[in-house]
Amino acid sequence: MESLITRYRNVSILVAILFAQVLGLAVQVRRSPDQSSTRLIRVWAVGTVTPFEKVIVWAQSGTSNVWHNYFYLRGVRQENRDLKYELQRLRLRQVRLSEDAEQARRLQALLGFKEQFISKTLAAQVIGFSGSELSRAVYIDKGSSDGIESDMAVITADGVVGKVLRVYNSTSLVLLINDQTSGVGAVLAKSRLQGILRGTPSGEVMLEKILSDEQVEPGETVLTSGGDQIFPKGLPAGTVVSVSRGPDAFLNIRVHPAAGLGKLEEVLVITQAEEKVAVADQTAPARAADILARRLPSVPDKPANDAGQPDAAGTGLPAGTGGAVAAKPAGAAPKIPPSGGTAPRETKKAAAVKPAAQPGATQPETAPPENAPQ
Amino acid sequence: MHLNSVPITYTSGEQVEVYRFRLPVAVLVPLAAIFLQAFLPLRLPFLTIFDLPLLVTIFFAVARRSQGAGMVTGALIGLVQDSLTHQPIGIYGIAKTVVGYGASSLGVKLDVENAGARFLVTLFFYVVHEVVFFTVARGLVGLSVAWSWPHELGKAFANAILAVPLFFLLDRFKQRT
Repeated sequence: MESLITRYRNVSILVAILFAQVLGLAVQVRRSPDQSSTRLIRVWAVGTVTPFEKVIVWAQSGTSNVWHNYFYLRGVRQENRDLKYELQRLRLRQVRLSEDAEQARRLQALLGFKEQFISKTLAAQVIGFSGSELSRAVYIDKGSSDGIESDMAVITADGVVGKVLRVYNSTSLVLLINDQTSGVGAVLAKSRLQGILRGTPSGEVMLEKILSDEQVEPGETVLTSGGDQIFPKGLPAGTVVSVSRGPDAFLNIRVHPAAGLGKLEEVLVITQAEEKVAVADQTAPARAADILARRLPSVPDKPANDAGQPDAAGTGLPAGTGGAVAAKPAGAAPKIPPSGGTAPRETKKAAAVKPAAQPGATQPETAPPENAPQ
Repeated sequence: MHLNSVPITYTSGEQVEVYRFRLPVAVLVPLAAIFLQAFLPLRLPFLTIFDLPLLVTIFFAVARRSQGAGMVTGALIGLVQDSLTHQPIGIYGIAKTVVGYGASSLGVKLDVENAGARFLVTLFFYVVHEVVFFTVARGLVGLSVAWSWPHELGKAFANAILAVPLFFLLDRFKQRT
């Protein structure tokens, strides 16, 4: 027996090592969601490798900054001119868009819409890759000591990158949206069809759960829907590249990610996103119709003691209507035509318009965000 | 040298030379390989086709010609590589344990010191690694892993080509026992 063990010693060790690893895998697969059983090994491995990555990235960016900020300044003057021109163009565009946005906000306030606002972000440098095509994830140089937590959304100026999967003391692992285990709630910008963005084993991004009888065109923008409770609504996620019929009742929609996932350098981690009811800006310029409606005379409340008594002119309006008109400032007083029959009709119209036009401007006063239904 | 004329000679246990490595080399070279594997694809994504930790596993296993040392080295390198991913730990560990054992077993029997032999050994063990990896990832963990023979063979060739200069570079750290 002893000679048998000696003879097959190496094979026995091989079997033992493989068995131990298979057993370990089985335990992890069973406890898949938290993976706290392997945390210590991961902390050691990450703690060994990432400091070198941080040093190299730091040295690389330092050298690059010195070169670009102090030596390589060719074309900067022209670029500055171009940027100034671009700034002016964007300012004009901003004025137009801010008016549109304010109008949208007023409408949302009317409907009691709740919006997610990105209130705090943290810039982080990408320092490493997981090193395997099986795991499309990157390491960033910010961790729990910087306030990073699991499931925080990670974005760039171009679009969605992924979410924080594991947090260590000074680094974090970010799962990219093209990993096969990731999923992002998404909506098509034009058709407003909702689906789920998923990665594939080959690193592509697919939009799933869109029924095959829907019309989706290549080139359409894909935005986050906010349904996953991780990514705020409306962030660009990608563009539809191709659409084909899938084997089941759904379409195969291939999406090109908006953020360059293959060449990430700096990212933003959304550390705080608030959900609040949209509030219209009270200092915003009012529409001409609103101003007119406010200036036109309105029908005052009928005094209790005058109820049922006809007015002196016999117009059918309660007594005192003329007084209300007279009480208006001179500049704001409407022109009352000589014909006695027209004035009351205009007054009635103004009174009817006023309540409809007012809420947009006065809603925040009467229903502040704190009191709004959540 | 033409690949068909590669002299992979059968040798007895007394004829093959067994090498050992200093402790810093034995620790730092695999760590450097894992580090480069995790860092370089960040700037040059196409470099993900190379598996530097696997090449280092094969090199140490063949040079030491000890099955025990080969499989332990493979297991440790694989487990550290697993730890950097978000998948369960052990997928790379199992694959590299098998490769470490196989490569060291081959090293005991064959002289694999020349460029052609190293190319063929790396080509063969890369495919073995991928087959074991695929089996474990799909069969045990239930991951959907894409398998394509042309793709895998292309990567095997790329790794085998890289292995030749890399092994010559690492030869400098060898010490005769």
